Amino acid sequence: MSNRKINRRAFLKASALAGGGLMLELSLPRFASAEELGTLVGSKELNAYIQIASDGQITIYSATPEMGQGIKTTLPMVIAEEMGARWEDVKVLNAPIDAKKFGLQGAGGSTSVPRLFDTMRQMGASARFMLIGAAAETMEVDRGRLEARDSKVVDADTGQSLTFGQLAAAAVRQPVPEPEMLSYKDPKSYTIIGKAISGVDNLVIATGRSEFGIDIDVPGMKYASYTRCPRHGGRAVSFNEAEIKRLPGVTDAFIVDPDPRSGKASMAFLSGLAALQGGVAIVGDDTWSVFDAKSKLKVKWDESGASTDDWQEMVEEGKRIARAGGGDVKKDADIDAAFTDKQNKVHEAFYQFPYVAHVCMEPMNCTVDFRPGKNGAPDTLEVWVPSQFPGQVREVAANLLGVDPANVTVHGTRMGGGFGRRAVHDFAAEAMSISKRAGMPVKLTWTRPDDIHNDFFRVGGFENLRGAITPEGKLAALDQHYIGFSKAGKPVIGSGIAGNEFTMTAMSNARVRQSMMDIVTPCGAWRAPGSNTNAFVEQSFLHELAELAGRDHVEFLLELMGERRWVVDGNVNVINTGRAIDVIKLAAQKAGWGKRMPKGSGQGLAFYFCHAAHIAEIAEVSVDADKKFRVNRITVAVDVGPIINLSGAINQVQGAVIDGLSTMAGQQITMSGGVIQQDNFDDYKVMRIAAAPEIDVHFIQSDYAPTGLGEPALPPLAPAVTNAIYAATGQRIRSMPLSGEGYVLT
Amino acid sequence: MAKFKLNVNGSDVEVEASPDMPLLWVLRDKLKLTGTKYGCGIAQCGACTVHVDGVALRSCVLPVSAVSGAVTTIEGLAGDGGLHPLQSAWMEHDVPQCGYCQSGQIMSAAALLASKPRPTDEDIDQAMAGNYCRCGTYIRIRAAIHSAASFYNADAGTMQGGASE
Repeated sequence: MSNRKINRRAFLKASALAGGGLMLELSLPRFASAEELGTLVGSKELNAYIQIASDGQITIYSATPEMGQGIKTTLPMVIAEEMGARWEDVKVLNAPIDAKKFGLQGAGGSTSVPRLFDTMRQMGASARFMLIGAAAETMEVDRGRLEARDSKVVDADTGQSLTFGQLAAAAVRQPVPEPEMLSYKDPKSYTIIGKAISGVDNLVIATGRSEFGIDIDVPGMKYASYTRCPRHGGRAVSFNEAEIKRLPGVTDAFIVDPDPRSGKASMAFLSGLAALQGGVAIVGDDTWSVFDAKSKLKVKWDESGASTDDWQEMVEEGKRIARAGGGDVKKDADIDAAFTDKQNKVHEAFYQFPYVAHVCMEPMNCTVDFRPGKNGAPDTLEVWVPSQFPGQVREVAANLLGVDPANVTVHGTRMGGGFGRRAVHDFAAEAMSISKRAGMPVKLTWTRPDDIHNDFFRVGGFENLRGAITPEGKLAALDQHYIGFSKAGKPVIGSGIAGNEFTMTAMSNARVRQSMMDIVTPCGAWRAPGSNTNAFVEQSFLHELAELAGRDHVEFLLELMGERRWVVDGNVNVINTGRAIDVIKLAAQKAGWGKRMPKGSGQGLAFYFCHAAHIAEIAEVSVDADKKFRVNRITVAVDVGPIINLSGAINQVQGAVIDGLSTMAGQQITMSGGVIQQDNFDDYKVMRIAAAPEIDVHFIQSDYAPTGLGEPALPPLAPAVTNAIYAATGQRIRSMPLSGEGYVLT
Repeated sequence: MAKFKLNVNGSDVEVEASPDMPLLWVLRDKLKLTGTKYGCGIAQCGACTVHVDGVALRSCVLPVSAVSGAVTTIEGLAGDGGLHPLQSAWMEHDVPQCGYCQSGQIMSAAALLASKPRPTDEDIDQAMAGNYCRCGTYIRIRAAIHSAASFYNADAGTMQGGASE
C-alpha cells in the first residue's frame, strides 16, 4: 500500500480528519487488559469491541451511531476480517455510550471510516494475536505455525485446529498485545473486506422490529409535544391553559422559558445550537392526544428579538452585494490583467441556491427520565436519543439542569436518517426540561411541521463569478465572489469558500472573494456542508467557460487539473489531481461521453473533491418543450480508496445521487418576516420512486487509505444534471431549485 | 373516549381511544406495535402504511372508528414464523439505509404483489408512489419487488420458499 501514510502513533491516538467543516476530536481507548474490562455472562470479552462465546458466537460491538450510512456493518466487517472470523459467526450489538471505552462515538463528515479503519484492524488483529497465543499454548506448538481463518486457529503443518469458541476462555487470559507486536493481513487474502454484505439490522428492519428513538417505551412514560414560537427566538407569554388541560388524553401543559445554557458546547461547531427555545409543552397519555391538543393551542408570544429574516430581502441584498464587490480571501497575480486583456473572452454569471431542510424520515424525538435526587443524593437522568453524537446530551444535561455527566445514562438508538441534523440536540434539551417539570419519564415527539420549522437548515447563498478565456481556449483567470450568511459576523456552517476548494488550492490564476450577511435563522450541517452548493456553482460555471472556449467539457476539465499531483502531499483533505483525472476519465468512458444523443437529450459532467473523495458524475437527461425533464441515467466514478462493504458503498452512492436529485428538483425553504413558509411533505416534496434514474457506480479501488462515502457523491450530482439540461436545451440554470425555473422532474 | 374492537395481525383486541384517533397511534402507543411509523400525519409519505382487509392504507389519517376490517401490520405480514418473500428480498438486496420508511414500503409492495404477482416497472411506480424514501433506496426497492415476485405464489397468497417459478 504505497500510498498509505499511517503514523504508527496514530493507532493509539488518532486525530480527527477535517471533513466538510466538521472538526472531530478523538481520544481512543487505551488498551486495558482483558481482566480490567471484565467478563460478560457466558462469554469472554477480549477487548472493548469483541466478545467470543464458548459456542463460537462472536459478538462485535458497534460503537459508532447508525443513521443509514451502514457503519454498523462496515466497521465490524473490518474487525472480523483481521480476526480471521467467519462473517456468519458474527453478531453485531450496539455498544453503550461510554467515552472511556470507545472514545468519541459520533458520526459526521464522512469521517468514521478514515478515523476508525486502522483502529478496527488493530482490534481485530489484537484478538487474533490472543487467540493464536491461546492456541499455541493449548497445542504446545510455536505460534509461528498457526494462522486464524474461518473462526478457527489452524496449524499449517498438521492441519490440526481449534475453534475460536474452544479458545475463548484461554484467549481472555492472554496478555493484550502492544500495537508493535501486531501483524495485519495482506489485502489480497481478504475474505470479508471488499465483499457485498447485507446490513446487520436488515432482518429487524424488514420485520418492523427495529428500535428507533421514536419507538422507545419506558415504564410509566408519558408522551409530550412542544410548540415553539413560529419566529425563531420568540418566547411564550401565556396560552389557553385551562382549555388545553381539559382536552381528553392531556395530563399537563406548561410554558417552558428559553435557556441559553444548554447551548454551551465543548465541540466548537455545536456552540449555541442546542440552546433551549421557548415554547409550550403538552404532556399526555399518547402521542395523538398531545399532537391534537397542540393544534388547539392559542399562544401569546413575545417576539421582541425574534427572527425577521426574509428570503426575498436576502435575494435582493445578495444581488446588491454582488454588484458592490467583496473582500478578497485570495488573489493570485495577473488576475486583473487577464480580465482587461482585450484578446480574452470574459464571462460573468450570478448563481443562487436556497435554504433547504433535512426532513429525516424519523422526526426529531427524545425520551428522558429525570429522577430528582432524594436525601442528598444527586439528580440522575436517563436519555434515549437518536443522535449522531449521543454523548453530547450529557453536556446538554449538565449545562441545562446541572446534572453531573457521570449521572447521565445515555442510550443512542438507531436513527431514521441524520444528514447532519442529528448532530444538534435542541430537542433533547426540550425533553429534559419537560421530564423535569412533569416529574416523570417523557417521550417528546415532534410533528413533521415542527421538524421542518425547527430545523438547522442548509444555508442558502449566492455567488457571482467571472472567467476569462484566452484566444487558444484556455482558462486565463477565474474570479468567484461568494455571498453567504453569518451569525454575529461568523459564517454559519456550510457558508463560504472552504480552504480546500479547488480554486484555493490547485489554481494559480484565481481570485476568491467572500461577503456575509447576518441572519437569525438557525443553520447547520446538511449532507456535505458547503460542498453541496459550491459544487453546483463551480462545476456549472466551469462548464459555461468550456462552452465559451468552444472546448469539450471533459478535455477542458482535464486540462484544468494539469499535472498529476497531490497538491498538498499527504493531506487527504486536499485534491490529488491524478485521482481526479482518473475518475473523470473513467466516468467519461463508462458513460460513453460524446455519444450521439436524441433531440432534447443531453449529457452533463461534473467532478468534485470533498470529504477526501474524488468523484465524477455524468448525467443523461431528456427535456420536453414544457420543461418536463427526466434523468435517465447517472454514471458515477468514485475513488475513496479500497471499498470495505461493496453493497453498502453502492447504496450510499445511489442514495446520495437520489438525494441530490430530490433536493435540486424542488426543495426550498423560504422565510417571510421570520416565519418558515413550508410545513409538511405537501409543500416540501421528496422525490418519489418513478423519477429514480438508473445509477451506474464504478469504484477505482486505489491503494490510498479508505475514506467515507456518506456525503461526497451528492455534490457533483446537481451540476451534472444542469450541465446535461444545457446540453439538451441550450438553457443554462443558475438558480436552484429547478422547480423555481419552471422545470418539473418526471 | 370509547371502546373499539379491532382485529390486528389475526388477534382480536379491544382498545379505548378517542374515535378520531388515527389507527397509527392506536397501533404504536396503545398496542405497542411500533413497526408502523409516523412520518407526516397527512398521508404524503407512506411510512404508516398498513393493510385493512388486504388493502394498503395510510394509517395516519384513518380514524380508529372508521377501521372496518382486519388490520395487518409489518409485524404480522409473514403470518406465523418465517418471512414474507418481500422481507427476504429486502435482505437479499440489502435495501435499507436508515430503514425508517421500509415497513411502509414493504406493506405497499405486499399489497401490490397480492393483486399483481408479476408487476411491471410501471405497476411498481404506481403502487409505490405513496411511499417516500428519504435515503433514496428506490432502485433496490424496485429490484427487491421484482425478485420477490419471482417466487410469489399469487393463488395461495403465500410464499413458496426460495423456489423460483
